[in-house]
Amino acid sequence: MRETAWDLSASVRTGKRSAVDVVREALDRLSGRDPRLKAFISSLPETAMQAASRIDSARQRGERLGPLAGVPVAVKDNLCAAKGITTCGSRILENYRAPYQAHVVDRLEAAGAILIGKTNLDEFAMGSSTENSAFFTTRNPWDTRSVAGGSSGGSAAAVAAGMVSGALGSDTGGSVRLPASFCGVVGLKPTYGRVSRFGLVAFGSSLDQIGILATDARDAALLLSVIAGHDARDSTSVCEPVPDYVTSLDRPLKGLRIGISEEYFGEGLAEDVRRTTEAAIKELEKQGAVTVSIHLPHMKYGVACYYIVSSAEASSNLARYDGVHFGHRAAKPKDAMDVYCSSRGEGFGAEVKRRIMLGTYALSSGYYDAYYLKALQVRRLIKRDFDRAFETVDVIASPVSPTTAFAIGEKAGDPLAMYLGDLYTLSANLAGLCAISVPCGFDRAGLPIGLQLLGPPFAEETLLSTAHQYQQFTDFHLQEPPLVAA
Amino acid sequence: MVDRVLDESVVRHIAQLARLKVTDEEIVLYQEQLSRILGYVEQLNEVDTRGVEPMAHPLPVVNVFREDSPQESWSADRAMANAPDHHESFFKLPKVLDQESA
Repeated sequence: MRETAWDLSASVRTGKRSAVDVVREALDRLSGRDPRLKAFISSLPETAMQAASRIDSARQRGERLGPLAGVPVAVKDNLCAAKGITTCGSRILENYRAPYQAHVVDRLEAAGAILIGKTNLDEFAMGSSTENSAFFTTRNPWDTRSVAGGSSGGSAAAVAAGMVSGALGSDTGGSVRLPASFCGVVGLKPTYGRVSRFGLVAFGSSLDQIGILATDARDAALLLSVIAGHDARDSTSVCEPVPDYVTSLDRPLKGLRIGISEEYFGEGLAEDVRRTTEAAIKELEKQGAVTVSIHLPHMKYGVACYYIVSSAEASSNLARYDGVHFGHRAAKPKDAMDVYCSSRGEGFGAEVKRRIMLGTYALSSGYYDAYYLKALQVRRLIKRDFDRAFETVDVIASPVSPTTAFAIGEKAGDPLAMYLGDLYTLSANLAGLCAISVPCGFDRAGLPIGLQLLGPPFAEETLLSTAHQYQQFTDFHLQEPPLVAA
Repeated sequence: MVDRVLDESVVRHIAQLARLKVTDEEIVLYQEQLSRILGYVEQLNEVDTRGVEPMAHPLPVVNVFREDSPQESWSADRAMANAPDHHESFFKLPKVLDQESA
């Protein structure tokens, strides 16, 4: 049985269970299940057990425990932790020991959560399947021949398989929501600026946001309450007040206006996904929500726009891996230039190099206006479409992905086909919206399907309460993959 | 989709700008793959963007300032801990000067 962070922390706080027992069981599940799934790049058993016993001692001393006391969690390996290594799924950072810790990891620890490991990802979060990890591919707990989705595939699989009760990932174009939908868990991408990115290794700085993978909407709300808020160390984190996301979960669905856009239900959408998503929207209507037809005329340009903007930003951000200050250095370089070129040539994998090349091209003299500026203008038009839609609706409902989890290797030779799978998720990043993926059913093969709800900036309460209300009358989020039950 | 393949010399130039050592096989692969991706991206030209202000960032924030007051910073040891090669508190790399002009 998977246990929610909500229940676990309650039983640790009230002394029904010790944090040491809870964490030991989580570590046992990790060593029992992870060899089949490969969700983790590294585990932190010693520091996790030490942290657990500190929680138990604090309780014995009568201290007040945090809202995540004793809850085993994992973070994607592009989030810096003071303990262990931070690889970003890359050879270039294979032995990198971060000299500082991500803000969100500080927040989790301050709330009593126990970090038990760092999860697998596509190298530098570039990909939709974890197949671009330099180390191994994470398998989907529902069918180990299929991908877990990406790029936060390790975090999604770890939660789905019950190895942790919550995990963090990062979402630049769908990298939290897509693996959440493929693995049948909740995936929340907060609004750009809602969560400090201090200590998140940068990929596309105008798009990156740290997100949450959880078993249900209430746990996602609990985790967001812990990690959200302003941090002076990230100048893009905003000063908006942080509401109590858990108390607002009880908002009724009655009168909620759900926007439906035909752009999300067009060509390429698998029949099972269409049927299941439409059924989920019908359920929300039955509970009092109303649907409103909207139009997002520029959404179809999202993939083209996104791959120019994100690759341009990546080519700039990844210039810091130079073989000089930290990370891999090539053996026997012949001069300084060769240190840069050979270290980067050896250290980066194929997809990362492809995107650096694409971004460098789009930013290079003679092409800047035609590609980069053009993409930024189209980005503005995409955002305007959403601004207009949110004048008449509270949320927009859509599928997360046109298909369910695909077979490992199926798209590996075709980068463009892989990119096209991100069509429904990446406009939230381009426009700076918040969005959530909620389990809403299964396809014929038994693979999970996710419903996406998009909201205007800082509408996380609406997304979480809608998802929570949906989970009051459905049980898709309670279904567990076969290896959890076994 | 535009049927156009990036010239080999362009791909080599881009790799040089990006400071990436690539093999001849990779050059051929990137010619094909980047051309396909750029062909797909051409569809942005269908969009009328006259007078549209480019959007680099989703937030209305501009510059964020802090007090210019002294703060504790890292020790040299801490900053050097991940360096592939260093001498005392200096990062070390091979000679720069007798390199051919790029």
